[in-house]
Amino acid sequence: MIGGLFIYNHKGEVLISRVYRDDIGRNAVDAFRVNVIHARQQVRSPVTNFARTSFFHVKRSNIWLAAVTKQNVNAAMVFEFLYKMCDVMTAYFSKISEENIKNNFVLIYELLDEILDFGYPQNSETGALKTFITQQGIKSQTKEEQSQITSQVTGQIGWRREGIKYRRNELFLDVLESVNLLMSPQGQVLSAHVSGRVVMKSYLSGMPECKFGMNDKIVIDKQGKGGTTDDSGKSGKQSIAIDDCTFHQCVRLSKFDSERSISFIPPDGEYELMRYRTTKDIILPFRVIPLVREVGRTKLEVKVVIKSNFKPSLLAQKIEVRIPTPLNTSGVQVICMKGKAKYKASENAIVWKIKRMAGMKESQISAEIELLPTNDKKKWARPPISMNFEVPFAPSGLKVRYLKVFEPKLNYSDHDVIKWVRYIGRSGIYETRC
Amino acid sequence: MEWASQLCENRGLGSKMTDSKYFTTTKKGEIFELKAELNSDKKEKKKEAVKKVIASMTVGKDVSALFPDVVNCMQTDNLELKKLVYLYLMNYAKSQPDMAIMAVNTFVKDCEDLNPLIRALAVRTMGCIRVDKITEYLCEPLRKCLKDEDPYVRKTAAVCVAKLHDINAQLVEDQGFLDTLKDLISDSNPMVVANAVAALSEIAESHPNSNLLDLNPQTINKLLTALNECTEWGQIFILDCLASYLPRDDRESQSICERVTPRLSHANSAVVLSAVKVLMKFMEMLPKDLDYYGTLLKKLAPPLVTLLSAEPELQYVALRNINLIVQKRPEILKHEMKVFFVKYNDPIYVKLEKLDIMIRLASQANIAQVLAELKEYATEVDVDFVRKAVRAIGRCAIKVEQSAERCVSTLLDLIQTKVNYVVQEAIVVIKDIFRKYPNKYESVIATLCENLDSLDEPEARAAMIWIVGEYAERIDNADELLESFLEGFHDESTQVQLQLLTAIVKLFLKKPTETQELVQQVLSLATQDSDNPDLRDRGYIYWRLLSTDPVAAKEVVLAEKPLISEETDLIEPTLLEELICHIGTLASVYHKPPSAFVEGSRGVQHKRLPPRAGSGESTESPDVGQSGPSEAPPAVIPSQGDLLGDLLNLDLAPPTATVPSVQPSMQMGAMDLLGGGLDSLMGDESDTPGGRTEVQSPQPYSDYSERELGGDIGGSPSMGAGLGAAPAAMPASLGGAPAVGGGLGDLFDLGGGVGMPTGSYVAPKTVWLLAMKAKGLEISGTFARRGGIIQMDLSLTNKAMSVMTDFAIQFNRNSFGLAPAGPLQVLTPLSPNQTIDVSLPLSTSGPVMKMEPLNNLQVAVKNNIDVFYFSCQYPLSLLFVEDGKMDRQVFLATWKDIPNDNEAQFQIKDIHLNSDVASNKLQGSNIFTIAKRTVEGQDMLYQSVKLTNGIWVLAEMRIQTGNPNYTLSIKCRAPEVCPFVYQCYELVLKN
Repeated sequence: MIGGLFIYNHKGEVLISRVYRDDIGRNAVDAFRVNVIHARQQVRSPVTNFARTSFFHVKRSNIWLAAVTKQNVNAAMVFEFLYKMCDVMTAYFSKISEENIKNNFVLIYELLDEILDFGYPQNSETGALKTFITQQGIKSQTKEEQSQITSQVTGQIGWRREGIKYRRNELFLDVLESVNLLMSPQGQVLSAHVSGRVVMKSYLSGMPECKFGMNDKIVIDKQGKGGTTDDSGKSGKQSIAIDDCTFHQCVRLSKFDSERSISFIPPDGEYELMRYRTTKDIILPFRVIPLVREVGRTKLEVKVVIKSNFKPSLLAQKIEVRIPTPLNTSGVQVICMKGKAKYKASENAIVWKIKRMAGMKESQISAEIELLPTNDKKKWARPPISMNFEVPFAPSGLKVRYLKVFEPKLNYSDHDVIKWVRYIGRSGIYETRC
Repeated sequence: MEWASQLCENRGLGSKMTDSKYFTTTKKGEIFELKAELNSDKKEKKKEAVKKVIASMTVGKDVSALFPDVVNCMQTDNLELKKLVYLYLMNYAKSQPDMAIMAVNTFVKDCEDLNPLIRALAVRTMGCIRVDKITEYLCEPLRKCLKDEDPYVRKTAAVCVAKLHDINAQLVEDQGFLDTLKDLISDSNPMVVANAVAALSEIAESHPNSNLLDLNPQTINKLLTALNECTEWGQIFILDCLASYLPRDDRESQSICERVTPRLSHANSAVVLSAVKVLMKFMEMLPKDLDYYGTLLKKLAPPLVTLLSAEPELQYVALRNINLIVQKRPEILKHEMKVFFVKYNDPIYVKLEKLDIMIRLASQANIAQVLAELKEYATEVDVDFVRKAVRAIGRCAIKVEQSAERCVSTLLDLIQTKVNYVVQEAIVVIKDIFRKYPNKYESVIATLCENLDSLDEPEARAAMIWIVGEYAERIDNADELLESFLEGFHDESTQVQLQLLTAIVKLFLKKPTETQELVQQVLSLATQDSDNPDLRDRGYIYWRLLSTDPVAAKEVVLAEKPLISEETDLIEPTLLEELICHIGTLASVYHKPPSAFVEGSRGVQHKRLPPRAGSGESTESPDVGQSGPSEAPPAVIPSQGDLLGDLLNLDLAPPTATVPSVQPSMQMGAMDLLGGGLDSLMGDESDTPGGRTEVQSPQPYSDYSERELGGDIGGSPSMGAGLGAAPAAMPASLGGAPAVGGGLGDLFDLGGGVGMPTGSYVAPKTVWLLAMKAKGLEISGTFARRGGIIQMDLSLTNKAMSVMTDFAIQFNRNSFGLAPAGPLQVLTPLSPNQTIDVSLPLSTSGPVMKMEPLNNLQVAVKNNIDVFYFSCQYPLSLLFVEDGKMDRQVFLATWKDIPNDNEAQFQIKDIHLNSDVASNKLQGSNIFTIAKRTVEGQDMLYQSVKLTNGIWVLAEMRIQTGNPNYTLSIKCRAPEVCPFVYQCYELVLKN
């Protein structure tokens, strides 16, 4: 199991050092600093081994988190734990920075003591942790309160405490999708997939039992078989094939496996209910058509057309097209019909920004790039043209069909809950080779 | 007092925001000040002081001197302060064991506290204080806590048992904590169960033989129930523990799998990977024809793909594991190639791993896409990545035959970029392509040779040298090229030296007359001036071989090489099985067994897959699964290029047959070395026939060497035949064998005197198609039989003014069904005045039609200009197959059986060879001497020949000493071939 956990600043100074096992000594702290932090470029793996000690590291802005062990630990678990550790810290003091860590080092030690015991991760749900690790000095809790804490930390519903009350029962569902594309210069889709998340903010009283439904092809088809043929024909078109999905630990997985229904008692506040991935029938909101021409050795001509491909009534926002330029670029002239375009020498790219664009439109940019003659033999690698945008629909076609809430003990029903649903599609890695 | 004033300010602001100041104070007398502070009456001041101490501890300062003062702060009802003090205790108790005792009372008291959080805190901390004296006091509180009413305390106590076991294993056993821990597996609280499982698994690891976990269907059921209810971490502990269980039968195995599969949808990647581990392991027990087996296979792919959308570090872990899974069960991900395509901004470690998996998944179905991707990658900036991409292109060529041509042309394009490391990498893989597809792509050699000077890496140099040696007969200046390498022989790496030695010997055997000096030079460099034993030994072996029996040398050195396998860098099967049992863990990331990186007794235990379904009734016995993998392990391209291969198949194999029988009459210094060494080597091999059943040693090659050896000895009859004939070919004068040092001179006398047979005779090229008749295209050519493959060697010359492209070739039907076995490999356009040499492999499976004359071949060649026709005649010896040696008895019977009318008699005139040399020479063309009789000064040679279409030709050759005219009688059931066989005799004997 994890033998020790260290947090360093960008210079390699130790901010937090917690050793859980006897086989990890102080020299391990230095070994990581010397071999990883100070040897930046040479280290090409997040798992390294020096002197029979294994180091796992992740980096958050300038901060290095390293878990150390001498045993054959579950590597996936260690990384998951390090991410969780970051989540917990973010939940307590927002940004992970050197200043924040130094200011909260007592809290961090307390957290580390709680969520990692002898190197074994323990309950690390912030909802539960915040009930008894507070930094407000310890309030003298009543016996009931104490046992409530412990039963929650160890219980089956470790993510939610009892006795939550809201005057207004409300929930927000965000379907957040990132659409990824790799397209060849000829417009052939090399790979495309949507990775989506359903994020829920729940402000519900008591221990509500929820059921979430979406236009999952498997569910719709199953229902269609039972229902009228007319119905299945209609819904078949609107359902989507989900390649795979994963759920927050509140979802009953065995129920999903057997009935494909998503039922759960939600944590309070914001959390990620599910993640999913689709690859079929994806709506690609934009198409990029590049044209790069080398005119002699010192000039490049670039023309890029973007076409929006969704309902004209919808508006895409925050559109940004990034056209890479060679390292030896000396000057760029740009003409674009819409938005603003600028050559950014420091980023080696022409950045073209358009605030809004409706569906079924097209726009174009052309640029002349002057090059300095070089005797560098190596060819310019021609990185792909990448795009960023945000659209108010789910490119996978996912639709929320219902989210039902039952709370048998309290007297509010599904109808009393105010529900909000929002769809946002963003670009993930949306690239067209040129 | 600066810090004091600071502190006052802080209090005004609320002390919370400025704890970072503790990291900056570095003043003299700090310890003293802290001491005063710790002993202050004010609670708040104490707390601030302890914080300061902890901060100092964190940055590595020694604050152990404050031990008594800090411990004094322990008695407090402020939980935050208490935790800080505990943190200090855990760090320094070991250095101050006597003082630590002071804390015991507080711990014991805290373990009785009303607040379960405090009880748990006490027992948790106590376990972390590694002082024997304290440990003794720990037992009673721990016993109580293990049975505490509050689950939070119990789950903490469960882990504490593991802590205590780490300090004093005996104590844990004596106190009966293990049994209590086992009871906790039945606890009502899932988290207690999970922690108990974690603790037990860890303790069990250091007792490999104890049946501590004692998993049985009942406990498994409890674990599976807890699995649905506990935290994500608890699920990981339970799944990892489940993976070590061996189900009793396939039904139990299936029911566990069914209950584990829902975990594949968990958001935590570690839960998913651990579930995959359990499934991969238990699947082994399911019968393959079971419907559920197929369902399970299908269910595994999506979650594995989903892992690739996790954070990059987890992607890396996932990819390393997928690499194993793909090797074990390629069917799971065979349709998922696209998800492994590299993204431009993937971290380099993810890119390299993806590339690895792409090669493994490459197949005929997806090769076009893969190649397009790889070509893209080869233009990226990261050197390691580009190299790997180039290498991957070569691997694709070897793996998917249909793509080989495109891969080669892609590689040629890349060579044209002249980027140094790309060129070198390309040459290394082209060498492998040559080995996989002999005589197919040699037309690119010229391009390769252009880049000779830019090669500075040993592997690339060795590869290039291998190519030059292997194709010495096609490269006009092969001797010059190799000579240029020889200049800096001693500065080269061993790899290059060995390769150079072999290459020059090959060259010598192919072009003996021009290269005598060169071979002499390299042999003396290798044997006399080098202190590398490998190099010296190989030098001596070649030397002896050449001086003893050049024919044998030729058979040995130029023997056909075993085909290289499609898959590369495969993990050895037993290791792979073990690693599958470690999916998700560090071992699976390193691709090494835990024993390779874990110290002590932990991890030494080797895990194995359960016995395969249907592998026998006695599934109870764990040995069944280990009795060797059922499929033969695929041969692996050794990472050392083909050095190992060369040594094995060239040097070791023949002496096993000849050392005892041929050598005894010779008294050379090197002989003992050779004979003794080899004998012991062979002895070793036979002593350990079961070597591969041992799991321990991950030596990927030990298995294969054995196989290759065996294969070679049994698999090359022609070699054996060649060696058998050798003693006769040896002139008596050599019997007195001079010492090795002086042996070379004789060697060359021998070469000149005896005349080295050069394999099957190849006629010089003749012009078949005149340029004036074919719009500027001139074709000359000849036929050859090399290593059992019939080849048409063509020289295409462009005598027109414009470039020629799009060459293709076709044959008309002919007597023996000759047909091109592949397309005409003219990859580059033929520019004016350029000549290109192509070698076209032929098969004999084409349509048959009797031609006049029998050996006439009508050929059509097409290019971008027109189609041209010509006809040529091939020597019938082209069709003489290697296994044409007839058994004596059969020969006699057949001879009698064929009617005398079918016998034809010929005279071969002006041959000045004795019968042995003649029969030797003929044998090079697959005319085998079966028996020899000497009657009244006349040598009678009885010979047999077999044609590709199965026709046997028998011959009797009469040689009279002193008479240069031989008499040849040929008998065959198809008498029309006789004149053509006679032609071959004449051709072979006269050239």
